[in-house]
Amino acid sequence: MEDIIISVLQRTMIAGTPLLLATVGEIICERSGILNLGVEGVMSVGAVVAFIVTFLTGQPWLGVAAAIVAGMAVSLIHAFASVTLQANQVVSGLALTMLGLGLSGMLGKPYIGKPLAIKMNSFAVPFLSDIPYAGKIFFNQSPFFFLAVGLALLAWFFLERTRFGIKVRSTGENPGATETHGVNVSLIRYICILIGGGFSALAGAHLSISYSKSWIEGMTAGRGWIAIALTIFALWNPGKAIFAAFLFGGIFVLQYLLQPLGISPNFLAMLPYATTLIVLLLISLKDPRKLNAPAKLGEPYKKGER
Amino acid sequence: MFKIKVSDRENITKTRSFMTNTFSLCAGLVAIGFIFLSCKVNPFFAISAIFADSFGTIYGIKETITKAIPLILIGTGLTFAFRAKFWNIGAEGQLLMGALFGTWIALTFGEFFPGYIIVPMMFIAGFIGGSLCGIIPAILKIKYSINEVISTLMLNYICAEFITMLIVGPWKGSQRFGFPGTNDLPASAVLNLIPGSRIHYATLIVTILFAAILCIIVYKTKFGYEVRVVGENPDAGKYAGINFFRTTVLVMMISGGAAGLAGVGEVAGIHHYLGYPASISSGYGFTAIIVAWLAKLNPLYTIISGIFFAGILVGGDAIQISLGLPAATVQIINGTLLVFLIMGDFFLKNRIRIQRIQ
Repeated sequence: MEDIIISVLQRTMIAGTPLLLATVGEIICERSGILNLGVEGVMSVGAVVAFIVTFLTGQPWLGVAAAIVAGMAVSLIHAFASVTLQANQVVSGLALTMLGLGLSGMLGKPYIGKPLAIKMNSFAVPFLSDIPYAGKIFFNQSPFFFLAVGLALLAWFFLERTRFGIKVRSTGENPGATETHGVNVSLIRYICILIGGGFSALAGAHLSISYSKSWIEGMTAGRGWIAIALTIFALWNPGKAIFAAFLFGGIFVLQYLLQPLGISPNFLAMLPYATTLIVLLLISLKDPRKLNAPAKLGEPYKKGER
Repeated sequence: MFKIKVSDRENITKTRSFMTNTFSLCAGLVAIGFIFLSCKVNPFFAISAIFADSFGTIYGIKETITKAIPLILIGTGLTFAFRAKFWNIGAEGQLLMGALFGTWIALTFGEFFPGYIIVPMMFIAGFIGGSLCGIIPAILKIKYSINEVISTLMLNYICAEFITMLIVGPWKGSQRFGFPGTNDLPASAVLNLIPGSRIHYATLIVTILFAAILCIIVYKTKFGYEVRVVGENPDAGKYAGINFFRTTVLVMMISGGAAGLAGVGEVAGIHHYLGYPASISSGYGFTAIIVAWLAKLNPLYTIISGIFFAGILVGGDAIQISLGLPAATVQIINGTLLVFLIMGDFFLKNRIRIQRIQ
């Protein structure tokens, strides 16, 4: 029984990792006032690029780096459309998702079903991994887990405690006033969209070279969309995103846990999506004022307008 | 030195709008050509093959019309939702719910009633199924301020899993020999086809009527006016006493219902049984978003843009087989065209002048 609980919690952490990465990326992006619905597509591009580069070179970290570059490159489309051309961010994000899913399907076609020779090994933190229970759950994990938690804390620090973070947040709240203080709103938004794209791609890389070690079309399975919902659940705070993401990681694991009990696997597959809706409803019922999205989220900014 | 000056364009004429869209689509096709080139496929050959396979042969035209039916139907519904700035990304799920309700009517009552009773019943049930699935996110948005993009998307996944659960479980038919899927619909519930094609004309008629009625509602009725105000100037709408809850729910009833009708058409006209969700709809709900956008949210124009994108689907499938391209080709084409259409909107809304600075 003990072993089962430890293994379930361990898998919860792994399942929550891509959600955390993508959610933190989306939080940074949305804090600057840009809604990016392209997460699912960028994640998919990240997954396929990481897989292909790792497969060809045998270097997982090179794969990760390539995925981040690719994720940023495709996100540039959304940045150009939504910032420079002031396009509708919902439609532009959807276009990015379609394009990303399409491109990854095309690039990945020759690699479907091929296993990776070299996988990313889990990493045991010296000393800490020897702690009973917690050591196995938290400190003997995929490197992506440490990366995700570390980056989430870093993002929190960066948004809440640095000058650049203030610029990002005020860009999302009141771009007109921010611009009069000599901040380049467009530049800030470009940077945030690219950082967000890098995070999403990193989440995809985790899926293809650490979580499942193979590439299948559609392997992101809506995780990008759940990340967008988690952004709201975490109330645009990267620190809270850690709890939100691992809670949902647990729901993903719960599917496999309940399957032997004879519950329909399709019913269980609904759980993450249904929970997303229920959680958003509960937040809203408890205190609707808490849903304080960045004031200018999703609104294009025209220079010289207040 | 030169300086680029951007200013609002005052009056946007229909001709300019049409020309901009056409130019954007052409630019998009050039970009797609480069993607083909990177796959070592001759872009001129591939792009001309897309249009030759979809509009160049009688068979192609028939297939294009068959696929245009759900695209136009969903697209017209979406124009309505998008006008109210309600981002309904859940047409895929609404289509599936329509298919589910229609199938239930056919399998339960099909044997006892003739076609002229059962077919209208199926369409009505499909409309109800789709609109129920559409009303949920409308209520969630207005009463609980839950983002509709998230809720409609989550419902897509939930509907797809729900249908899979039914067809591998309680609804699994003995005629499928152990494979997932319901039994075949009874003969009275199957839609007639135009001979020699797969065009189920009953749905085609419903589609065109629906587009025409929506066009009248949007441009000629008080309700249509309210929808436009809700989307374009919500503050003015609140001041004028428009009931946002009622308007949004009605809009999503129509938008979801349209997708539900398309679902009935697909099951009763083409598949004749309820199978895996991915086989009932090959992403029509998402492609219809581009259809609505290209039609500039005018329900009647969706007939043209729907046929265009149906052609891309048919031609894309054809070159995918003949040139050995991956299944994702159509998605890339759709995504690229949408990106260029959005970019084109910028040049439609703004005047760009290059000025010389001394």
